[in-house]
Amino acid sequence: MRVIAALATALILLGAGSATAQGQPGPVPNSNDDVVIDVNAGNIKPVPIAIVPFSGAARGSDIAQVISANLQRSGLFDPIDPGAFPETDIGAAKNPLFPSWKAINAQYLVSGSIATAPDGRLQVKFFLWDTSGEQSLLGVEMSASPENWRRIAHKISDAIYEKLTGEKGYFDTRIVFVAESGGRLNRIKRLAIMDQDGANPSYLTDGSYIVMSPRFSANSQEITYMALRPTGSSVYLFNIETGRQETIGRFPGMVFAPRFSPDGARVAFSAEKGGNSDVWVMDLRSRSQARLTTDPGIDTSPSFSPNGSQIVFNSDRGGSPQLYVMNGDGSGVRRISYGSGRYTTPVWSPDGKFIAFTKQEGGVFHIGVMRPDGSDERILTTSYLDEGPTWAPNGRVIMFSRATSGGAPRLWTVDVTGRIVQPAPYQSSGSDPAWSPLLD
Amino acid sequence: MTFDTKGAARLALIAVATISLAACATKKPSGYDSGTTTPGTTTPGTTYTPPKGPGPVTSSLVPGSTQDFVINVGDFVYFDLDSYTIRDDAMPVLDAQAAWLRQYPAVTIRIEGNCDERGTSEYNLALGARRANSVREYLVSRGVSAARITTISFGKERPVDPGSSEEAYQRNRNGHTVITGGAR
Repeated sequence: MRVIAALATALILLGAGSATAQGQPGPVPNSNDDVVIDVNAGNIKPVPIAIVPFSGAARGSDIAQVISANLQRSGLFDPIDPGAFPETDIGAAKNPLFPSWKAINAQYLVSGSIATAPDGRLQVKFFLWDTSGEQSLLGVEMSASPENWRRIAHKISDAIYEKLTGEKGYFDTRIVFVAESGGRLNRIKRLAIMDQDGANPSYLTDGSYIVMSPRFSANSQEITYMALRPTGSSVYLFNIETGRQETIGRFPGMVFAPRFSPDGARVAFSAEKGGNSDVWVMDLRSRSQARLTTDPGIDTSPSFSPNGSQIVFNSDRGGSPQLYVMNGDGSGVRRISYGSGRYTTPVWSPDGKFIAFTKQEGGVFHIGVMRPDGSDERILTTSYLDEGPTWAPNGRVIMFSRATSGGAPRLWTVDVTGRIVQPAPYQSSGSDPAWSPLLD
Repeated sequence: MTFDTKGAARLALIAVATISLAACATKKPSGYDSGTTTPGTTTPGTTYTPPKGPGPVTSSLVPGSTQDFVINVGDFVYFDLDSYTIRDDAMPVLDAQAAWLRQYPAVTIRIEGNCDERGTSEYNLALGARRANSVREYLVSRGVSAARITTISFGKERPVDPGSSEEAYQRNRNGHTVITGGAR
């Protein structure tokens, strides 16, 4: 099975500010001096932006729509209704009519063109314009095969996001998750993958067994997940490029909760023997295993720090499930969660600044974040059942699953400030999402 | 909280019986309409003709069968919230399971540990494993060979009650003894 078609994208910074002979000259800002959206502000007013359909090919308006939807979901942008656009054929060869765009309060403007090369590939150019300064902030050219047109739109979205926020985007990414169907007493749980915007959903397993805990490797081509059958559980390594899969080996009891180390060379997981679950780590090249916890309590849900030197995990050794951090060799265990309630599913953020978790208290569930030392706890969501956070690669957005009482779970997102809680753009039942790194 | 561990099986049997009675009741003699008939005005006939066909038969379950185990012994025991301690009300059930298993030594079993939905999935897998192991250890302590027993945790993946009430949560916090081989 080959899920991912190669996308050879050439990102070429065009001479921004000189889209046309009479274009506005001016330096291309390369520093973050021109960051206009402070993603850390407590209350952000979304910035009005116009995404003009790209000229030259039928895909032009599709690409504009994908970009517009991406930026809108981020909560930082307010794409303007195309029905209000004063012009629709800017392309990549002329400047916008700035006064007419300012008249509809478009603070920023994206225009571009598409051409088809003799070999059939799409060649896309686009510009990001600052209408008040009447200059282009960014000009990029890229090419891809026609079937990868959505990835072009995602890469453009990432470029716009990065230019205007100073932080990397997260749009050219995928989500691996558990697609759920059937009734509650015979639920079918299949491994599935889709683009972060819900497009191109695809099943990776046939539903003949339960899958849980899918996790991406940092190189994004490999997934680890757990399969649960009446005869036992297995942890698999699954290459989404080749379709090849293998287990990490046989264990005397349950094996579950796998997660890659940031360098992809190791997998941490839980193995159970005689009722006692401990955290283990396996070197994937040598297949050597090391047991990191020996406590008689439940030890599970390990997640590495970004540099791989520490592991946060879940343990009930103190009487209720709480979060603990230990060194990569199992030494130096210390508890970090001290609030009331039960804490589970810790996940270290890609930038290392936060640990996301599920918290259960007073009959409801929350997604929250805290610093790795346990300080600065913030609750981001509340519902009947929220669980299983996963970080977007830039650490700004968390996806999780939410279920109502008696209902099937759905995928949701929340930004790290807790300001924007919304359903993920996937229309069916899903749970246990894992966000990929940015694709190449 | 106590829980009738054989309730589901009993209810199923009662349901079957009720359906049979309902089927009989549809053929109602016309003279039995109490609104128009004065009691005692219909004189019984002088001869009695027994209904045709076989009379009621009491069929017993095959001893040593899976059905025998499920209905006469009980295959579920229940746990308190976030606990894997064998409760007092579970001990007679497990004692009966152990006695039955000693009586039928060819039978092998799998103990499935289950949890309610009010927990996260990975923690519940670990908790379910503890519950399955508690049942296993109890049966072994009552003379069942450990070699006849396998365990697995389904966490919260295999509820027996689809509801979201406290009663449903209680039913879903269980250890389920499943016969995997050797039954009659």
